[in-house]
Amino acid sequence: MKEMAIKSKAARSAGTVRRLEGRPLSSQVMYHLMMFPGMVFLLIFSFVPMFGIIMAFQDYVPAKGILQSEFVGLKHFQYMFSLPDVGRIFTNTLMIALGKILLGTVAAIVFAILLNEIRITVMKKFVQTIVYLPHFLSWVVLAAVVVNMVNLDGPVNQFLAAVGIGKINFLGSNVWFRPLIVLTDVWKEFGYNSIVYLAAITAIDPGLHEAAAMDGATWWKRVWHITLPGMLPVILLMAAMNLTSILSAGFDQIYNLYSPMVYQTGDVLDTYVYRMGLISRQYSFSTAVGLLRSVVGMILMVSANELTKRFTDQKIF
Amino acid sequence: MVTKKGLRGNLGRVVIYLIVLLLGLICLLPLLNILALSFSSSDAAAANIVGFWPVKFTVAAYRKILEDGQFWRSFLISVARVAIQLALNLVLIVLMAYPLSKSEREFKGRNIYMNLLIFAMLFSGGMIPSYLVVRNLGLINTIWALVLPGAVPIFSVIMVMNFFIGVPKSLAEAAIIDGATPLQVLTKVYIPCSKPVIATIALFSIVGSWNDFFGGLIYMTKVANYPLQTYIQTLSVRLEDILNSGGSLTTLVNAMEVSKQNLNAAKIVVSVIPLLLIYPILQKYLITGIVMGSVKE
Repeated sequence: MKEMAIKSKAARSAGTVRRLEGRPLSSQVMYHLMMFPGMVFLLIFSFVPMFGIIMAFQDYVPAKGILQSEFVGLKHFQYMFSLPDVGRIFTNTLMIALGKILLGTVAAIVFAILLNEIRITVMKKFVQTIVYLPHFLSWVVLAAVVVNMVNLDGPVNQFLAAVGIGKINFLGSNVWFRPLIVLTDVWKEFGYNSIVYLAAITAIDPGLHEAAAMDGATWWKRVWHITLPGMLPVILLMAAMNLTSILSAGFDQIYNLYSPMVYQTGDVLDTYVYRMGLISRQYSFSTAVGLLRSVVGMILMVSANELTKRFTDQKIF
Repeated sequence: MVTKKGLRGNLGRVVIYLIVLLLGLICLLPLLNILALSFSSSDAAAANIVGFWPVKFTVAAYRKILEDGQFWRSFLISVARVAIQLALNLVLIVLMAYPLSKSEREFKGRNIYMNLLIFAMLFSGGMIPSYLVVRNLGLINTIWALVLPGAVPIFSVIMVMNFFIGVPKSLAEAAIIDGATPLQVLTKVYIPCSKPVIATIALFSIVGSWNDFFGGLIYMTKVANYPLQTYIQTLSVRLEDILNSGGSLTTLVNAMEVSKQNLNAAKIVVSVIPLLLIYPILQKYLITGIVMGSVKE
């Protein structure tokens, strides 16, 4: 009886779909078939590795594999928090990432506001072409560029020596390494990041500026009271999106610029996981650190998304 | 009064123009430095006297590259990986984005797939488990290790999906009445409508795989199999690194013996040329990508 009811209900809904879609069964199957190849890749390269996380709770031995290796509970996590390394690495990661987010955002906003004032089209196009370029170059290439610029005999140090400041060993100094990482990242990305702010500025009603100018408002006042408030939704959205990257201080950049001399201030989560796991072959320990990073990262992403949904009409995913 | 204000306004404008030009120069000069190095003689490069213009102009470094077998081998590996990655990405992304652009009512199971995708985007097994999967599949030292793990860039799938959602339904309905299958609707209606977004994700894919050095670093054990970026990364071993890693005196002497600075600079310049060639197209689709990157639902 009940079965019959379910069946007829199913038949009825199938009928509705049939009438709406024309060929319901074949298109449903087709949709699943279209999903299939991509899902296979995701299964193998995204979901299977997630099960590999079990390693973080084992003493993983490659010869035994995940099924045979011995479980050790939270040993690796306890070990992790007993190491002096780990506090240092979290500090480095957070300081570098926060520095990049704060300075990078300010630089992009300021540049967008200034660029918007440029009336000579050729100059504007030319500057845009140049400042967007570093974003598309890899850190392998840009690290070589940066090393050439800031090494002890490079143009930057020649300049510093000429103005009487004296040479600075940026790449080998624990005082200067973090600022160098933050500044070179801002250098690479401020142009590209300014695009979204520039779009926000051009969307502001020019009538507001004209009216304010008529009332005698200075340029500063108009920027402060019209331009910046007009950009606020975009600034908030970008801030939320940036929050998600707070645990990734930039592996490519740091890996290509650091050396043992600056591990003290420059070693971050990703570089540490790489060295522990793939160089020192401490698979389980490295996976445990990686897991912590993934979990915190996911929590940040979800909260950023909630914040964005609450304060703007957009969401990140 | 008016003139005074106008003068101040003009002065302010000049300052703004100067700052913008200065920022442009800050981006340009470091790149010019490496270009100048590549065209300078090797003693000039070693003496660190090259600024932003070549010293003792020569194309010797570029001539040397022509004879460098490994450089071109890596170059070809990079070209091949970009081509395979691009084809794979485009097919998989478009195929997935179309059913996902349907509502749950039109495609039963759509929300389950979507949640799986978002979960895979937010959470990952991490470096070591991913590496072990690739190794256990026997992909180490093959080009597939560089290509397959990134076969489905989820962010791009969502971008294309959002674009598909915006395509007018009436177009697809007309095709369905004419008896088109979903695959035909996708290829005949949706793809032709979606050129900007497809161009954008194609460019993401090209730039991403051309610039990636990490895949080569962890999945290739032989230098012969390195893609170009990984190969270039190995060039810039600094002296302090050799000393700190307990390198022998011979390696140190070898590193000091010939200044390869101008040669390395030339290799870097050549590795960037393919990106410069597509840069005008990149710039054209830059805005599209960013506007679509912020998802609206």
